[in-house]
Amino acid sequence: MAGPSIGSGGGACTCQRRSLKVAYQIGRLERRWSMTENTSSLSEERIAYLEGLVRQARTASAAFTQHTQEDVDSIVKPMVTAGMAQAQHLASLAIQETRLGVLEDKVIKNMVATEFVYNYIKDKRTVGQIREFPERGLVEVAEPIGVIFSLTPITNPTSTVLFKCIMAIKTRNALIISPHPGAWHCCQEAVRIMYETAVKHGAPEGVFSCVEEPTLADNAYLMGHKDIGLIDATGGRSVVKAAYSSGKPALGVGPGNTPVYLEKTADLDMAVVDIITSKTFDNGTICASEQTVMIDDEIYEQVLKKFADLGAHICSEKEAALLAHTLIDPATGIARPMAVGQRATDIARAAGLSVGPGTKLLIAPIQGVGREHPLSFEKLFPVLAVYRAKSVDEALKLCVEVNHTGGLGHTAVVFSRNEEVIRKFSEVINAGRIIVNSPGSIGAIGGVYNDMVPTLSFGCGTGGGNSTTDNVNVYHYINVKRVARRTQAPMWFRIPNRIYFNMNAVGNLRQFPSRSTLIVTNPVLVQIGHADIVRRNLPTQTLVNVTTIPEAEPEIKAVMQGLEALHCYRADQIIALGGGSVIDAAKIMKLKYESPQADLEELGAPFLDIRKRVVEYPTEKTNRVRLIAISTTSGTGSEVTPFAVLFDKERGRKVTLVDYSLSPDVAIVDPQFVMSMPKGLTADTGIDCLTHALEAAVSVYASPYTDCNAMQAIRLVFKYLPIAYEHPHDEEARTMMHNAACIAALAFSNASVGVNHALAHAFGARFGIAHGRANALMLPHVIAYNASIPTKFMPSPHQRAFTAHKRYAMVADLLGLGGHTVAEKVENLVAAIEELLDQLAIPRSIADLGITNEEFERAMPDLVKIAFDDPSWLTNPRMPLVSELTDLFRRAYQGRGVREVACATD
Amino acid sequence: MPMNGLWLKIDGEHVAHALQEAGEKLDGASREVILDFSSVRRVDPSALRAMENLADTADDQAARIVLHGVNIDIYKVLKLMKLTPRFSFLD
Repeated sequence: MAGPSIGSGGGACTCQRRSLKVAYQIGRLERRWSMTENTSSLSEERIAYLEGLVRQARTASAAFTQHTQEDVDSIVKPMVTAGMAQAQHLASLAIQETRLGVLEDKVIKNMVATEFVYNYIKDKRTVGQIREFPERGLVEVAEPIGVIFSLTPITNPTSTVLFKCIMAIKTRNALIISPHPGAWHCCQEAVRIMYETAVKHGAPEGVFSCVEEPTLADNAYLMGHKDIGLIDATGGRSVVKAAYSSGKPALGVGPGNTPVYLEKTADLDMAVVDIITSKTFDNGTICASEQTVMIDDEIYEQVLKKFADLGAHICSEKEAALLAHTLIDPATGIARPMAVGQRATDIARAAGLSVGPGTKLLIAPIQGVGREHPLSFEKLFPVLAVYRAKSVDEALKLCVEVNHTGGLGHTAVVFSRNEEVIRKFSEVINAGRIIVNSPGSIGAIGGVYNDMVPTLSFGCGTGGGNSTTDNVNVYHYINVKRVARRTQAPMWFRIPNRIYFNMNAVGNLRQFPSRSTLIVTNPVLVQIGHADIVRRNLPTQTLVNVTTIPEAEPEIKAVMQGLEALHCYRADQIIALGGGSVIDAAKIMKLKYESPQADLEELGAPFLDIRKRVVEYPTEKTNRVRLIAISTTSGTGSEVTPFAVLFDKERGRKVTLVDYSLSPDVAIVDPQFVMSMPKGLTADTGIDCLTHALEAAVSVYASPYTDCNAMQAIRLVFKYLPIAYEHPHDEEARTMMHNAACIAALAFSNASVGVNHALAHAFGARFGIAHGRANALMLPHVIAYNASIPTKFMPSPHQRAFTAHKRYAMVADLLGLGGHTVAEKVENLVAAIEELLDQLAIPRSIADLGITNEEFERAMPDLVKIAFDDPSWLTNPRMPLVSELTDLFRRAYQGRGVREVACATD
Repeated sequence: MPMNGLWLKIDGEHVAHALQEAGEKLDGASREVILDFSSVRRVDPSALRAMENLADTADDQAARIVLHGVNIDIYKVLKLMKLTPRFSFLD
């Protein structure tokens, strides 16, 4: 049955009169225990003994992994019952052996460690699947730690053992316990009771063991043992430090120094009783007990009288000095062990004070905190320091001082009815437990005065050199595995409120009432009468003004001029009439008009996922202006997109803005405005439209909602672009191409584009090539690239597999290009695009543009860098490597030759 | 993989005892023993100790122990005990 270390406990307990001399010896033992620190003194026999402990624990923990939740729960309950039944017996043994504390209180601790802990853990799942978050696709599964090496303190010996044994069984771990040497016998008995009950009810043999007559050399050996999974050290500073220094995962839970603020609005009767209850509980051995109380000046005398009335002795200045001298080591600020857990009367006698026989607590007024005021340090005995605070501010500062004098991360207490005081106290004090209007020690244990997790082990966070601020509980004894199922973020399909299309769609302007409308356009469109067409179609009462910007990409200067005009005319409607540049400029004018504080530089910050990006676009609408976009080219689709590009001439770079708030409120797709487009512009913008559609079709953000638009746009381009190019006055062809541009934009507004645009942006900007033409030069090569097996796949939860090649094949099928295999179909698509480019007389290589190879290669590093920085490729089906971007640029330089595609298999 | 060794069915209720018996049979001429674990649901610490002893015996006699039908829970226990390299496994 029992492992090698479990023997019978100590003899029967007879409560004896406490002796400070005996307690002093225990204190010396503690120091010796703490200061011995290497394993060289261990004999071979001792090492064999320790190895035996670990081996049996490892075997038990391995076997324990097969137990179910029901198995462990059926073991835990009888353990709890046994612990409760033996609570008084174990308390007696502890008192007899340690000479610390109060029998009745130790019984309560043992009950808390069993009954209260059980009440908390009984319904908790600690085996297998322990929690589920279906809406997040997450499941948490418990994995035992294995062998836990636990050090237990002299101040709360048996209760800590009971607590840790119950936690270990609940979590399917084996436990090796090394008690404080001054509490070894009582702890051994506690382990025996727990062990026998556990094994009787199905726990594996060897699941608990208790190191016999432990030394720090034993502890050091076990702390460094490869088969120990976790060290759970509850005790003094040196024990915790040793645990954390071992290199093992550790829960090190050490000393504190609990400050208390007794504020003038508090219920004073309750506060005084609570403090006495807490500070005298087990003679102050709980490290969460009150140490120094800051009392508001107004209530100071009243509070001291209440303490005195209830059995506290209020020390004079001289008595306080005697206590400090007797109880605190001035060199270290650490309380002398001889006083730990002793009664107030015995302590008073040792210090030479004369107090009444029923004195419960010694209260020592102090004038400050720190080395010069020794009683402001932790005192694990019934001596309480008090300070008369002149103000809330002073009281809080003194509490912070105490907190930083050995109490960081542990516990603090505030008595107040003023919520602001409580809030401020909790903000400035660094403590894992801030106990409000209740006793510190019993409050911190949890489950009695509050709903905190019941524990015998207080995490003190990084302030106390610990890994947690929690009340240590079963969840610290398991590894939590998170089973994360693939989730798909909600997607969207967002488009402007209204789109009017076909010949004379501009007539719909009449239905939009406006007091003052600003038409934003370019000088050419004014000159050829397009602006007048718009003006004629506005309601007669509308005041109309026109502002023009150059045809090139909008500059900040032009946008600001337009903004001035908006303010000047107090416009309530903007009509953007033009190509992408004009419409983009109008979008930014509207943004600044509605939200003057909008910082374009900040809004243009890069992002990976629009739903998670850092910057927030302003939602204010100062002027409630309506933006109507009328496109005069059949390519960009800017009339429906959420994008706007601004050129910052001073800094020589583009600012790209992306937000659905930029989308025009109304789009008008009226072919009368494109009937006079020159052939070159028709070709370039038409290929831009095709590129939008093709990139949206293979985007990792493609959806059924974008697919239908992308495919329709591709079909329209192949059918009508050659006609619109050859026969510019063919109204049907112009209409369909104008629609195609808008439809493609609906697709890429939601699915985005890809690497083709990243390359074209970089190349077009560097060599001053029109955007559509730059796209055309890259397009066949990008399709061949995207259709082949990626070097790096693009991470995307939206797609279940790499499908770009199949999607291109679908396009080929849609166009009736033939082919039996996916590869053949992709090759046919590339060939069809090349043929289309030839029909449109678009140069087929960068070299054909007159750019020398030397010039191009010189620009290559910049081109690649800019292309790689371009967010367009973030939705590309392949994640492009820098080397691949370089290769694509070079292929585009050489031009023709994409006849064979290294296509991914069907 | 051809199996020519001795085939022993392990009683799921008396695993440790069955393993001890298997160890004794290794003292004979068998160079390979196949232990059928298909009716073993769990192993307790005594069974694990018996498995360690069996592995030691097999090492001493240059014999091979093949475990057949070990369930995944027991396999994990053997893994935690670092016993898996000392046996062969057959599903």
